Amino acid sequence: MIDHLPYVLAAWLLLVGLYGVATSRHFVHLVVSLSIAQASTYVLLLEVGYVQGGSAPIFKDVPSATRVVDPVVQALVLTDLVISVAVSGLLLAFIVQSHKRTNTTDPTAPQPLAG
Amino acid sequence: MNARARRGVFLVGAVGVFGYLMWGVAGLNGFGHHTQTALRYANGVVAAASPLRHASNAVTTVVMDVRGVDTAGEELLLLAAIVGMLMVLRKADDEEIVPARLEAPDRVGTGRSRATSVVAVSVAAAVGVLGLYIVAHGQLTPGGGFQGGVVLAAPSILLLIGARHETFERFHYGLAWEIVQAIAVTAFLGVGVAGLIEGRGFLANIVGPGSLGTVYSAGTIALLNVIAGPAVATAVVLAALQIYHQMIEIRRER
Repeated sequence: MIDHLPYVLAAWLLLVGLYGVATSRHFVHLVVSLSIAQASTYVLLLEVGYVQGGSAPIFKDVPSATRVVDPVVQALVLTDLVISVAVSGLLLAFIVQSHKRTNTTDPTAPQPLAG
Repeated sequence: MNARARRGVFLVGAVGVFGYLMWGVAGLNGFGHHTQTALRYANGVVAAASPLRHASNAVTTVVMDVRGVDTAGEELLLLAAIVGMLMVLRKADDEEIVPARLEAPDRVGTGRSRATSVVAVSVAAAVGVLGLYIVAHGQLTPGGGFQGGVVLAAPSILLLIGARHETFERFHYGLAWEIVQAIAVTAFLGVGVAGLIEGRGFLANIVGPGSLGTVYSAGTIALLNVIAGPAVATAVVLAALQIYHQMIEIRRER
């Protein structure tokens, strides 16, 4: 079980982030919570790629036979980060407009359905 | 639904999801232990990166070469997100633009501590150089177009928080950044199409590998890093610029 503890961390991060989304009282808090939930995927991907005793997959001044961790999942994390930034930016733009139109940043407040 | 009921519903679902995730975790190999089958793809990349492509950074090799198609999609995703932000934050019909120079009583306070200004403005140029370094050495050491691009955008943000708004605006004429963004995204796809014309497939590494360990190595990996850097930097700056316009300049008509 102790061997699987790092994976439990990723599950915990996901649920903590979702808890923040579900109980949020401020839109910016909601976006930060969503980012935390997304961060669980970075943690999980990096953990899946870890190899016991492996070093970083950078072969500057080390022979190419060196044991390294999986570079593929690290590239996936990079893609994941860019998507996270894009989604957060777009959501924050919506929050700015929503605040200007409805004068509230509370997701639980009743929103007028005006076009 | 009140806050307590909301929390209750969430917790019921969370317990179920957690159990489901633990079921999945139990089926994984132990942390850091893998069968050779699981590492087959990783080993293939490692075998290709340094010996074949002359790129000492295996991660960048995946991003810009082995899975270059995904990165082209990522590049377009970033473009789409920025276009979306510009559209959402544009001036609406019932709003007007108030130049930042004019004082308005409802304006966000422009006061900032002198320490913030001094630190932000004095490190801006150095951060820009660091960004260029990270972009140019992406195939050698940790870094690359995406990481360096964000660092390249940092001087703009530093000017925004540290300098006067007139100074910020002098360096941030929106159209110029939009043009660089358009050129960079087109160039990225252009490198991909060049591979097709060469007859080797979209985003194939058509430039020679160069000499291992120098800046002039890894062929299109280095080239695409240099293209992705400005693309990411202008995307971030355009987002910041549009939020700046929205917060400082655009006002509801009264």
